[in-house]
Amino acid sequence: MMSGFRTLLYKEVLRFWKVSFQTVAAPVLTALLYLLIFSHVLDEHVLVNGVAYAAFLIPGLVMMSVLQNAFANSSSSLIQAKVTGSVVFVLLPPISYVEFYLAYMVGAVLRGLMVGFGVLVVTAWFAPLTFVSPGWILAFAVLGGGLMGSLGVVAGIWADKFDQLAGFQNFLIMPLTMLSGVFYSIHSLPLFWQRMSHFNPFFYMIDGFRYGFFGVSDVAPGISLMVVAVSFIAVALATLSMLRSGYKLRY
Amino acid sequence: MGVAVSIQNVVKSFGSVRALDGVSLEIAEGEFFGLLGPNGAGKTTLISALAGLVRPDSGRLSVMGRDVIGDYREARRRLGVVPQELVFDPFFSVRETLRIQSGYFGLRKNDDWIDEILKNLDLTAKADTNMRRLSGGMKRRVLVAQALVHKPPVIVLDEPTAGVDVELRQGLWQFVQRLNREGHTVILTTHYLEEAETLCGRIAMLKQGRVVALDTTSNLLARFSGHTLNLRLSDEGKLPEAIRTRATKNDGNWVFRLAGFDEIEPLLAEVRLAGCVIDDLRLTQTDLEDVFVGVMQGAKS
Repeated sequence: MMSGFRTLLYKEVLRFWKVSFQTVAAPVLTALLYLLIFSHVLDEHVLVNGVAYAAFLIPGLVMMSVLQNAFANSSSSLIQAKVTGSVVFVLLPPISYVEFYLAYMVGAVLRGLMVGFGVLVVTAWFAPLTFVSPGWILAFAVLGGGLMGSLGVVAGIWADKFDQLAGFQNFLIMPLTMLSGVFYSIHSLPLFWQRMSHFNPFFYMIDGFRYGFFGVSDVAPGISLMVVAVSFIAVALATLSMLRSGYKLRY
Repeated sequence: MGVAVSIQNVVKSFGSVRALDGVSLEIAEGEFFGLLGPNGAGKTTLISALAGLVRPDSGRLSVMGRDVIGDYREARRRLGVVPQELVFDPFFSVRETLRIQSGYFGLRKNDDWIDEILKNLDLTAKADTNMRRLSGGMKRRVLVAQALVHKPPVIVLDEPTAGVDVELRQGLWQFVQRLNREGHTVILTTHYLEEAETLCGRIAMLKQGRVVALDTTSNLLARFSGHTLNLRLSDEGKLPEAIRTRATKNDGNWVFRLAGFDEIEPLLAEVRLAGCVIDDLRLTQTDLEDVFVGVMQGAKS
């Protein structure tokens, strides 16, 4: 029954692995540059929640990389397959829409985790990190990656052209991640923006993920996990119902 | 022989365009069936509906008795489709492509069959080449190979020889004919009428989403039986109206459809009496192209 899922997942992983220079190495380098520049400018002056700025920044960068790459993986794979027409190879075989969803979503999570791990490995040297509770780290990374991988499926299927996908990425995903507290604690914000941040699901992902490292966070990690889990389930169900309808795939 | 493909009253509209307007067809196991029609007739939509890529507004389709929607897993296992567009996944080699395609159908150790397909399609030397590096003809062969990885009893080829060199076309037909002899049902859409004429046992002609002719190839040829007389005239202005209306003008030739050879003599006499000079004269047998044109013109009225 699930051989379609297995093979499609294998194909998705093989696909990004074959171009890992772009899909893994490049985002790791980007994150490293962020760290070098921001920590150079700010490290001496800033302590966040009692943590040195560079150390505070690293988990944020790791999680941001997980999220952005999970989204990039499923969305770019699908839009390329649609634009080139090769999506037909996935539509002709006996693969159910659930298998289809799971393969693209899990593939996206794996790419996100791989990039996140890469970012962690190259940045960990620059600041003393602690790993207070790895369980939280993994839970937020997987759920956040799953949420973004699902959004990527939606965006990849919805977009007809690459620039539409770029719009989705630049005007929705990027602002939400940048404003999620990767680079700052929301307690440093004016009250209005603090409150606004609580409506951004990405904020909970970054905050909870960071809790796993330092054991301190703006919001209790259990609450954050619940927000992320509920968002993930909602997006997953929406994605599944879109796939079931055949929207833009089966006319 | 059982029914390989059953299509019942299939209707499909895209916006205000009726791509399929109540198509019904039954194709028996082991047939080599041709689906002909001008561009936009609905051939590809019909094949897409059979493959589950298009969902019909009404009507039913089944492959080897399996409904393409209600029992899509089993239906798709029994169907191999060679798409019309030259599509490929640029990330993989030929062998990887075929292994992945096998996996989608639940076949994990399929290398013996993959090797056989590669050999038959003359792709063995290219097995480890990336898809991007293949020529158009080679990519087309891989598309055929992909449609065959799961040994489907029903094979659909949607204009597989468009833009393909003669050598490949011949090789491809030999392979497909062998599969047909071994019991596979083959459905072919093509613009090359002579291909349909030599390969297909039965033919359906589609126009504007309807079946306008459905018969064995030999019956269709017989229905428009006889010969045509092609005349090229140097002084055709003098040709009387009575004669003009009997002919169709094709590429500078006046083409007369003949019911029998006895029509030739009086016709030539009339042309001579009108004072026309015959530059060239050819007598040809009806081929599928004439039938095609005849059916399409008939369907217009």
